[in-house]
Amino acid sequence: MSMRTPLGKVRGLGSAKEGTEHWWMQRLTAIALVPLTIWFVVSLVALIDAGHATMVAWIQNPFSAALLVLFLGTGFYHLKLGVQVVIEDYVHAEGLKTGSLIALTFACWLVALVSIIAVLKIAFGG
Amino acid sequence: MANTSRPLSPHLQVYRWKLHMALSILHRATGVALGFGTLLIAWWILATAAGPDAYNAFNALAGGIIGRLVLLGFTFALMLHLLNGIRHLFWDAGYGFELATVQKSGVAVVILAALFTVAVWVGGYYVAGKF
Repeated sequence: MSMRTPLGKVRGLGSAKEGTEHWWMQRLTAIALVPLTIWFVVSLVALIDAGHATMVAWIQNPFSAALLVLFLGTGFYHLKLGVQVVIEDYVHAEGLKTGSLIALTFACWLVALVSIIAVLKIAFGG
Repeated sequence: MANTSRPLSPHLQVYRWKLHMALSILHRATGVALGFGTLLIAWWILATAAGPDAYNAFNALAGGIIGRLVLLGFTFALMLHLLNGIRHLFWDAGYGFELATVQKSGVAVVILAALFTVAVWVGGYYVAGKF
């Protein structure tokens, strides 16, 4: 006999109150990163000898700018989710764990936003 | 805290080291390493946004011997994580759990990661006109 309330059952969110969201977002970002990473690596190889003007022109192409922003946003989200699990698995002292998770979240948001804004600055001709 | 005198189940060190174990922990290790690698990508974009001088300085550093070694490691870590990640996605979908399949897909991931790394670098040197 289940002791769970009908509401708890239908919500299906479990004790962490977020259900399968972490698991699902890690997979969703992984799937998105497969083509994005291939595109990024192939592009970098093609631009290996590019001077500054060529690189700027490439980033100013709306297609490259959009894919770069997607790559960075998805990548940093995937990174945050992945390293979060590593911290939760290996860091057992409660204070250090919470501190590390806060630092990870802040760092990922900061570097993601700074690099995305840099892409947009180039894309909009800054 | 924990009662350490109770019997514990066998842990990692009692098992013979196998490919699937190495790939499992390498997936985490490369994931964390790639996290530091993304800082290089951020640096590269910031340098490009800052102008030709910063961009050329970054290129000089990345093109140096240490820069190239770091980028070679970056490439292999990325390829390994990418390919092993695809392997994980197949497992998530419920495919490839048979022992023989796990072994085969593991070998395939290592070989393909090495081949793709070589392909990226041969491609890079070709574009740079070094061949």
